[in-house]
Amino acid sequence: MIDSFVVITLIKVLVVFAVLMTTLAYLQWVERKVIAHIQVRPGPYRVGPHGLLQPLADVIKLVTKEDLVPPYVNKPLYLAAPFLAITMALLSISVIPFGPEISVAGHSTLMQLTDLNIGVVFVLAVSSMGVYGIALAGWASNNKYALLGGLRSSAQMISYELPLSLAIAAPLLISNTLSLRTLVERQSGSVLHWNVLHGPFPQIFSFIIFLIAAFAETNRVPFDLPEAENELVAGFHTEYSSMKFASFFMAEYANMITVSCMATLLFLGGWMAPWPAAYGSSLVPPAIFAIAGLIALYHGLNYARKRDKYTFPAFGVIFLIIAGIFLLPIVQAWLLPLFWFCAKTGAILFAFMWIRGTLPRFRYDQLMGFTWKFLFPVAMLNLLVTGFLVAWFS
Amino acid sequence: MDVILFLVFAIIAVVCAINVVVQTHPISSAVSLIGVMGSLAILYLLLGAEFIAAAQVIVYAGAVMVLFIFVIMLLNAGTEVRRGRSLMVQALGVPLLIALLGVLAFFVQRLYPQGTVHFGGFRGGTALAIGRALFTTYLLPFEITSILILIAIVGAIVLARKELD
Repeated sequence: MIDSFVVITLIKVLVVFAVLMTTLAYLQWVERKVIAHIQVRPGPYRVGPHGLLQPLADVIKLVTKEDLVPPYVNKPLYLAAPFLAITMALLSISVIPFGPEISVAGHSTLMQLTDLNIGVVFVLAVSSMGVYGIALAGWASNNKYALLGGLRSSAQMISYELPLSLAIAAPLLISNTLSLRTLVERQSGSVLHWNVLHGPFPQIFSFIIFLIAAFAETNRVPFDLPEAENELVAGFHTEYSSMKFASFFMAEYANMITVSCMATLLFLGGWMAPWPAAYGSSLVPPAIFAIAGLIALYHGLNYARKRDKYTFPAFGVIFLIIAGIFLLPIVQAWLLPLFWFCAKTGAILFAFMWIRGTLPRFRYDQLMGFTWKFLFPVAMLNLLVTGFLVAWFS
Repeated sequence: MDVILFLVFAIIAVVCAINVVVQTHPISSAVSLIGVMGSLAILYLLLGAEFIAAAQVIVYAGAVMVLFIFVIMLLNAGTEVRRGRSLMVQALGVPLLIALLGVLAFFVQRLYPQGTVHFGGFRGGTALAIGRALFTTYLLPFEITSILILIAIVGAIVLARKELD
């Protein structure tokens, strides 16, 4: 029994790790493409078709680059900082549930690495440790720009952690649990049961506050002051090169994935479909893939460029096969929840990129004033109203 | 397994605690203190108090120590300079330290019961149990502590304002 538990857990860890690493690499490609199209340019196009092999090229470049350690740095902390950043960023994915309990070949297992009864607090704890990577990197580099970047990021992350935690607390009052799995299970049913729309007080304000604070916590535009390149060269990672720089880069994207997953789990009902399967929600994914496949086939038949004659039909057939897989009853039990989870998380990740392509950067005093004078009181008020209404209606 | 984990993290905690004192640079001391807080959290976890462990990481290892590091970085505190020790320190330091440790060991042995501790034996560590205890049995101490912290915050602001004028 213990053996099968160990084997299943190892397999799950390997699968989640592989998928996460691939997602990290390709998220960057997606981001470059999305921003490029927002700015009306094609984006990465040279390495592979539509630049699809660009992440691979970037990885090879980063691994084979010379690993430079400047002579004036504080060596132990300089080396520990990127390690700390990437560890803390990858650790929180271990409690994120991707789907319900499934059974494969007689073994039933959760679609999650580990189900903690304090999952939400665990993610908060790990993310509060993540700031050390950036702060220590800035200090240990012994460089004024890096130090300023490190200082900015620690001030910013301490400040935005308050509204973030308060925004997380409000939906927890409604769901009355700290386990991420139970949290999602209490939001089952339809879109009206998701915490973002659930009574007695819809958590739409919490959701918006959470997203704003999450942008600041992950140092993303419009809150990317720790690495504001026009003032601070590259901020806290100015002195880092090759794989150490890549660790910070990966940590940022892993944090993005984590906060998107958290938003999905806390507010958008996790892997639950927007309406019950009885009313046809299980037909949405195959329909989407079938339409995409048919459009690709159509463009393959009326091709504009010569190579489209082969690439578009190939993709069309792949999409149609995926649509067919979604209709198989054997895989529906785990593929549909996974689809909805990925769709919601992907939508939030897309919002991250969309905003990066749209908004300019905040000024530093605006950044601090915004969280302390506006976001924090609003989050507090929202928590109070939610608490009173939950107490009133229960 | 529990015993091994306990020994590993207890040793890390003690080594980090000694390192806090031995290190001459404030940042290194602060980083060692984070190590102490983190290992203490894992010791709580081994006892079965998972919520307290998470709160320990969030509050102490997360918030408090980030502020420490932030202030050290902001003030750009340099390495401590070791001055020559006075004759009295050299003569009395070690005997006094041994005496203090002896007194502490004596009282710890006297005050605490001799029963065994079970890993995971603590049952009051859930968020529910702690919330209940805080808002029923220990409501008054809890509220008094929060007032005390409020007074400290107001005092800090008053002190800082005096400097500005």
